Amino acid sequence: MIHRLLTLIIKELQSLLRERQTRIILIVPVIIQVLVFPFAATLDVTRATVAILNQDNGHASIELTQRIAQASTFNKVILLHDEPSMIEALDRQSALVIVRFEPSFSRHLAKGDTAHVQLLLDGRNSNSAQIAAQNIEKLIQKFALSEQKHPPKSQLITRHWYNPNLNYQWFVVPSLIALITTIGVLIVTALSVAREREQGTLEQLLVSPLSTFEIFLGKAVPAIIIATGQATIVLLAALWGYQIPFAGSLLLFYGSMTLYGISLIGFGLLISALCNTQQQAFIGVFVFMMPAILLSGYVAPIDNMPNWLQTLTWINPVRHFTEITKIIYLKGAGIDTIMPQLIAMALIACITTILAYIMFSRCFFISLRDT
Amino acid sequence: MNRIELTAVSKSFEGQDKPAVAPMSLTIEAGKVTGLVGPDGAGKTTLLRMMAGLLSPTSGTLEVAGLVPDQSLDQLHAQLGYMPQKFGLYEDLTVRENLNLYADLRGVEPSLWPETYHQLLTFTDLHAFTHRPAGKLSGGMKQKLGLACTLVGSPKVLLLDEPGVGVDPISRRELWRMVHELANDGMLILWSTSYLDEAEQCDQLVLMNEGEVLYQGVPDMMTAHMEGRCWLLPGGAHPRHYLTQILQHPSVSDAVLQGRQVRAILHDASDIENLSKALSLNGNEKSVEPRFEDAFIDRLGGASVRHSALAEILPQRSNHESTPAIEAIELTRTFGDFTATDHVNFKVKRGEIFGLLGPNGAGKSTTFRMMCGLLPVSSGQANVLGINLKARSGKVRRRLGYMAQKFSLYGHLSVLQNLRFFSGTYGLKGKERRQRIEEMIHAFQLEPLLAQTPESLPLGFKQRLALACALMHQPEILFLDEPTSGVDPLTRREFWVHINGMVEKGVTVMVTTHFMDEAEFCDRIGLVYHGKLIALDTPDQLKQQVTKASESNLTMEEAFIRLIAKYDEVHS
Repeated sequence: MIHRLLTLIIKELQSLLRERQTRIILIVPVIIQVLVFPFAATLDVTRATVAILNQDNGHASIELTQRIAQASTFNKVILLHDEPSMIEALDRQSALVIVRFEPSFSRHLAKGDTAHVQLLLDGRNSNSAQIAAQNIEKLIQKFALSEQKHPPKSQLITRHWYNPNLNYQWFVVPSLIALITTIGVLIVTALSVAREREQGTLEQLLVSPLSTFEIFLGKAVPAIIIATGQATIVLLAALWGYQIPFAGSLLLFYGSMTLYGISLIGFGLLISALCNTQQQAFIGVFVFMMPAILLSGYVAPIDNMPNWLQTLTWINPVRHFTEITKIIYLKGAGIDTIMPQLIAMALIACITTILAYIMFSRCFFISLRDT
Repeated sequence: MNRIELTAVSKSFEGQDKPAVAPMSLTIEAGKVTGLVGPDGAGKTTLLRMMAGLLSPTSGTLEVAGLVPDQSLDQLHAQLGYMPQKFGLYEDLTVRENLNLYADLRGVEPSLWPETYHQLLTFTDLHAFTHRPAGKLSGGMKQKLGLACTLVGSPKVLLLDEPGVGVDPISRRELWRMVHELANDGMLILWSTSYLDEAEQCDQLVLMNEGEVLYQGVPDMMTAHMEGRCWLLPGGAHPRHYLTQILQHPSVSDAVLQGRQVRAILHDASDIENLSKALSLNGNEKSVEPRFEDAFIDRLGGASVRHSALAEILPQRSNHESTPAIEAIELTRTFGDFTATDHVNFKVKRGEIFGLLGPNGAGKSTTFRMMCGLLPVSSGQANVLGINLKARSGKVRRRLGYMAQKFSLYGHLSVLQNLRFFSGTYGLKGKERRQRIEEMIHAFQLEPLLAQTPESLPLGFKQRLALACALMHQPEILFLDEPTSGVDPLTRREFWVHINGMVEKGVTVMVTTHFMDEAEFCDRIGLVYHGKLIALDTPDQLKQQVTKASESNLTMEEAFIRLIAKYDEVHS
């Protein structure tokens, strides 16, 4: 059994790695993603344009304008002169945010009255606009504090744990490990069965003494090996390339990655059991992957989703592993912290593999009917 | 002029020492079917592709219907129909949609479509199937549809690349009839084939091997050359063993089994005395009419592999056990309300070659798949070595070998990796595994190819490798699913030399085939039709059943067609 299994695994790895093209397909996209994603998938607002309509021109508004212009959020400041140009700037998307100081802004402030600043945001770009607006608000608050003669008795000091500099790459790169593992496992499992079916070698396996279980394992193990290899490339890039310190236990990390791999293999084999050709399997992988990644918390925070959808994401293994990578990588948490996710993944793994196993042995036969 | 003229045309590919087509000059006339005949790799497809303007000749000039393909491709395409080996039917489109597509591609006026379709569908007898997706048609119907699509736009020249591959004899006859009709109407038809029964029926013949033309003319003339060189020898108690002996004799060019007799072809008519003396035939030998196949094999230099190195490395099996090797009891398989296999019963003795024959879609494949455990049975039993395969027991399957039509090799792995993998799946390990692999490499002369991929190998070697992979674990039973489909006669000869050698060693073989001459190599044949086993006997007996008093030497193909006609008569 062990020997036959080993034969299968070696064969699978050989057919994946023997050809230059397949090797390239398995490795180059990973490298490209590692190089590009952390810069592309950022939610930091750094290069926005702000337009300012200063109807006041007093000391306070000029001081604030200068502070805004120096903020890292904005790299371009447009000075406006009238209200119509304000509307135009928003319409043409030439500015993300517009700040307007009322005519008596400095005077009110000097008197100690409430002074008004108007913020106009481009709702088409709601996320970035909000972040930009928050930054401006902080600037204004800070300014207000510094203008006060008597500093307040209490003061709020914010400190970001696990990512002290709020570097967005710290969020993107560990999640990328989860993403790459997902693609690796799914493609390898779903396509390899379909390929055997196309080549006619699947029948050859079925008439051999190999049991369905052995064939099953023979597909699962190489997929995990390949995916782990790919994940390691990302991990190394994160450690040495992006200099993101790994806080947790590597053993726990790889352990939970294997469990994650198993839960994905269920999905991969399920797809392959339903498909006759590599082309169908490929489409199947994407049909699964798109929503799985959307609902993983990688693209949009799960906490922002409606309750029913949040509950639904529990069946999504990508969600659990994305969480685990961040928890182990950044927080350095132990096994007890990630227990809920581990249990969820184990449950998912059980259900999908059993389902795939049943489909697998049944569909082997069904698919042969028409050939 | 509606003809094809080649003047010293040749084609070489980079990286190959021999030209795919050596310089040749030919004239092919319209109004008849010309056969382009030769074994796999003879250069037939290259030649056709040059004529269709898909390849440029390395040297020489080529004219098709008065046009030089390289210079006036568009004009040529308006006059030329080319049906490649794998015709580009869209499997998900219906028959009608496929025709629409080709009519559109060929620029046929939409107002003419209905009339064109009516003609073509009547011609190909596909009217009943216009709404069926092409992928759901049988092999024969697909080819007919391919032909119909090629004929859209009424070409003057028709190039057909092996249209008969994978098509059962009845469908092939229909294709054949259609093509002859077209030829009678003045079309130029070039039909490439490695099947000899097809070649024989051509009006003209161009015989190619390794890029060279070996013969050009009327098929009968080629056969006439063999007069007095073909003999039928009594096979005695062990015809198979006897065949091996005969093949060793230096005056024999080729020999095959024909039922329980051996058909031998001699290098020269005068050699018979020699042979008679050597084998003490005592006048029991009978001179027979030469067949086209005899002439073909002889032209190509006679049987190339005369003794099976494979048989030498297989252990002798005693086969004293009384349980049949394979047994079907009331075997039935239904798909929905369609019964593919209908209460089939047969037994295969140990050490026997048992053949399952039948037209496409008759249910022989379904029956075969159930026997080797690839398809669950609906009712009844499929027993192998006395054990019901339903249990999918690995222990039984270790004693079986299986080789499929497509050779089922891992195309991306090397030859050696394939050998290692298949020996490993059958539980061979360590020294034994290395030794078995070594034996196979030696027996099939695979040494120089070990690092190559099966995809890059010539067909003959692919077949050897597939056999090696199926036999390394020394199975008691070998299942062969149309093992020689699409394989040329020379390669098939070699294959059967090995199969005969194996059976000599006591291995049981169950085979499905389209080839009627291969049916003659079997000990017994089961004929499957409409899901039922309509005849089960030795080849000689089957032929006898339908031979009329006035006839002798009925061919297997004729017997097969009569048996089916007889069944249709009774059950209509």
